Amino acid sequence: MTVTAEPRRPDDATLADELADTRSVYIHIPFCRRRCPYCDFAVVAAGESRISHRTYVDAVLQDMRSEAPWFAISAINFGGGTPSAVEPGLIAELIRRVRDIADVTTGAEISLEANPEDWTEEFGEALRGAGVNRITFGVQSLDPTILGSLGRTHDATAAIQAISGARHLGFSVGADLIFGTPAESLQSWRATAETTLSAGIDHLSAYGLTVERGTALSREVAAGGPAPDQDDQADKYELTQLLAAQAGLVQYEVSNYARPGHHCIYNLSTWAQGEYLGFGVGAHGHRDAMRYRNVRRIEKYVELVTDGKRPWAGTERSEHHDYRIERLFLGLRRMAGVAVDETVVRFLATSDGQRYLGAGLVEVINERLVVTTPLLTDTVARSVLSLSPDDC
Amino acid sequence: MTDPSRIRNFSIIAHIDHGKSTLADRLLERTGAITAREMRDQVLDTMDIERERGITIKANAVRIEFVAADGHTYQLNLIDTPGHVDFSYEVSRSLEACEGALLLVDASQGIEAQTLANAYLAIENGLEIIPVLNKIDLPAAEPERVSREMVGVLGGTVDDVIQVSAKTGDGVGELLQAIVDRLPVPHGDRNAPFRAMVFDSYYDTYRGVVSYIRVVDGRVKVHEPVEFMRTGHRVEADDLGIMTPSQVSRKTLAAGDVGYLVTGTKEIEQIRVGDTVTSSVNPASEPLPGYEEPKPMVFSGLFPTDGDDFERLREALDKLRLNDSSLQYVAETSRALGFGFRVGFLGLLHMEIVRERLEREYDLDLVATAPSVEYRAGLTDGTIVEVRSPQDLPPTGKLAYIEEPFVKVMIITPKEFVGVVMELVQQRRGEMGDMTYLTEDRVEIHYTVPLSEIVFDFFDQLKSATRGYASLDYEPNEYRKSDLVRVDILLNNVSVDAFSSIVHRDRAYRYGKAMSERLRKLIPRQLFDVPIQAAIGSRIIARETIKARRKDVTAKCYGGDITRKKKLLAKQKEGKKKMKMVGQVEVPPEAFVAALRIDE
Ligand SMILES: Nc1nc2c(ncn2[C@@H]2O[C@H](COP(=O)(O)OP(=O)(O)OP(=O)(O)O)[C@@H](O)[C@H]2O)c(=O)[nH]1
Ligand code: SF4
Ligand SMILES: [Mg+2]
Repeated sequence: MTVTAEPRRPDDATLADELADTRSVYIHIPFCRRRCPYCDFAVVAAGESRISHRTYVDAVLQDMRSEAPWFAISAINFGGGTPSAVEPGLIAELIRRVRDIADVTTGAEISLEANPEDWTEEFGEALRGAGVNRITFGVQSLDPTILGSLGRTHDATAAIQAISGARHLGFSVGADLIFGTPAESLQSWRATAETTLSAGIDHLSAYGLTVERGTALSREVAAGGPAPDQDDQADKYELTQLLAAQAGLVQYEVSNYARPGHHCIYNLSTWAQGEYLGFGVGAHGHRDAMRYRNVRRIEKYVELVTDGKRPWAGTERSEHHDYRIERLFLGLRRMAGVAVDETVVRFLATSDGQRYLGAGLVEVINERLVVTTPLLTDTVARSVLSLSPDDC
Repeated sequence: MTDPSRIRNFSIIAHIDHGKSTLADRLLERTGAITAREMRDQVLDTMDIERERGITIKANAVRIEFVAADGHTYQLNLIDTPGHVDFSYEVSRSLEACEGALLLVDASQGIEAQTLANAYLAIENGLEIIPVLNKIDLPAAEPERVSREMVGVLGGTVDDVIQVSAKTGDGVGELLQAIVDRLPVPHGDRNAPFRAMVFDSYYDTYRGVVSYIRVVDGRVKVHEPVEFMRTGHRVEADDLGIMTPSQVSRKTLAAGDVGYLVTGTKEIEQIRVGDTVTSSVNPASEPLPGYEEPKPMVFSGLFPTDGDDFERLREALDKLRLNDSSLQYVAETSRALGFGFRVGFLGLLHMEIVRERLEREYDLDLVATAPSVEYRAGLTDGTIVEVRSPQDLPPTGKLAYIEEPFVKVMIITPKEFVGVVMELVQQRRGEMGDMTYLTEDRVEIHYTVPLSEIVFDFFDQLKSATRGYASLDYEPNEYRKSDLVRVDILLNNVSVDAFSSIVHRDRAYRYGKAMSERLRKLIPRQLFDVPIQAAIGSRIIARETIKARRKDVTAKCYGGDITRKKKLLAKQKEGKKKMKMVGQVEVPPEAFVAALRIDE
């Protein structure tokens, strides 16, 4: 990576494109205290499995060994589940193993998702020692009522303390927030966003609450319970954009904002179709034009790996056409958009493309196609996916 | 070849669900036409739609053999017919291929509207009727009362009624013997030139058009040259035979026989249901009287979702018409929907079935517009215009009057519901005719009602008002002047022809409001606010707005979600492909039939 005086803006177009050649590693830690009602990740809630953290991490370590060597990794990302639920020592072991199978570049992003409740200074120091340099807290909300309805047990104070504690130790600090829970007022959201931003975070991921299939929330909604509202979420989204900008964070993707120099390399790389290895239950990977996903059940995962097999539940090879379409549908989520190529030109020539240009929903700026209203990105994405192979 | 004196041809007719197909099962089973292994419920209902809905849509002919009390083997050609009023054309054609009919009545329900309608059809055709009381196994069966009802309608005595259970098979042996004893021997001259009636047909990709025929005179041998008399189409009989129910080739079919005929004909228009086949070497002098074309009750526009499929739709309609000769259609253009067809149907169920068959059997994706009856517009210059689609209505300035079709309705109901029935029909602008008691507690009431009032949702309302006890039949009557107006719908300030509807002036306001509200709910939010207005001429009578779409994005999309999200969007994209662009607005296909489901 080139060293520049000014840190680069997260929405920089060159940055967005250059990360296509970056490789990362994703490691999934599935353990959580309990399952939150809206969550559809691969999660093992306390008491759901007999498999210990140690056994699981051993399986992941073993699976890493079966991966062919790789070079120049720029990011290691621990996601979950709750990575902070396991001993930092185990995290350290996993990072060491990555270094065994790959060449981790200096200044690489080593990032971990943490639950504010798990934060202690000791914990932070142990992580630093292991090489973690970026931490994102699952704050979700600072309003106790909303936290309750999201099934969260921490309180606002713990969240703010965790953020400042991590800053103190020199981490690049991010917060994940959820807006648009049916019981949430606009004021409540404003307070959550403002307070979190002023705690001095470097990175913000703000997600509209989504009803995912198979979750407790979706069953409640199906039974007539209150559902998130499109207009309410749009209002809160627009407010978030405003507040983040005032706090000096630059929006660089539909749901992501960062201070210059603090963008998430791993994420930017995946949006640019970069390659990444995925380890652990439910993890996904992308290598040599193939996308794969791991089994979601922890018992199955451990069994497969112990048998010396790859824990894949499915693989998908990207065809040429799909791959070009995918570049657009991923890339358009970024504020940087995508560089105009033949596919973009074809798309703009379709009746949908023309309509969106006419309505100002998409624009071509500096030879790049961008979606001007990120809230309507999927409207554009569906039309992009409707391009037939002959159109490309 | 079976001697004509040992042949009996009959149809099984009844009100819907009284057990015709189940009785056919027992007849097939008892005579060994079908093995226990092949047997399943309503085995003759072979179409997917028939099995899914549990109703018969197509008449089905089968030959069975029965050893009667006299020790001789008799050839019985039976036709199982549909009971729903929309398919009565199938019944009338079936009856013309027979000398007799089994009139089935459910012993727990008694005589219902289509029992009477079908009985009258059989009588008009000069058929011998055997009254059959079915479902006597049911605890709710009232054999004495229902037998009396049947005698009341058909004459004869209670002893003429044969009691069966199509479920248990009770009485089926006795019924078979009665068929032999009581039904007439087919008339027709075996030495006369060959003449046969085409009573049904279908298209087979390999064999071309397959015709179902009833041989009236003479005989036909395989490989003989034949001629379809009305079209003049001359071909060779490639294959012929009988249905057992599967097709079995025979060398000859002779007067009295019912069978199939394959001529390798691929030009669909050469073979028509109702035509007469004769020998081209020794032709008959006169064709048999053909069928009267049924009069469509409702018309609706059918448009391919993908404009490129117009020709495929035409071909599909041509082929389907072979198997559904009541289908009538002409090409039409809509500003909103492009090229399609205005199709006439015998009722809403018929419309639903045709659309479903086109989509399934011919792999088409269709948009249907709200059905409409056929109006007549009298112009100021004295000419009269037929209005099968609201768009056809001439501008108000040229209009002198509008007439709408009325139908004669027969409703049969238990006495205690007479009050609610009367009220219901009153709201539908109905005019009461006479009322007769079938028995002391069941009443037959006659009405004259505008067709548009009963063809859409009246039956559902009648059923729910009478807890399912009333039944209904109707036939076309006359045209009468009515105070009708066209309500137009403007979407984004542009009138959408496919949304227009002709309604009675007293209802126009309520209709316009309900329709706008419904469309607001059915049309997804767009990139901009979309006004919906209902108008009579230039007067706006209702208004709604579809607010602009504000959020359409998945919150998260990271490494792990890429494939999943792509799949999700790809699925949504399929829904989007079905959308019709009307001006700048994406409209889902359901919106075009919205008018149908307006509950007032
Ligand atoms: N208990 C009893 N049920 C019967 C009998 N005959 C028919 N059913 C039932 O009545 C229902 C309708 O039977 P079908 O044979 O499909 O009636 P259908 O007259 O052919 O109906 P359509 O062709 O739709 O007019 C089915 O559920 C049968 O199982 C019977 O003798 N006894
Ligand atoms: S939302 Fe986070 S903490 Fe809650 S169950 Fe899912 S992964 Fe675990
Ligand atoms: Mg039937």
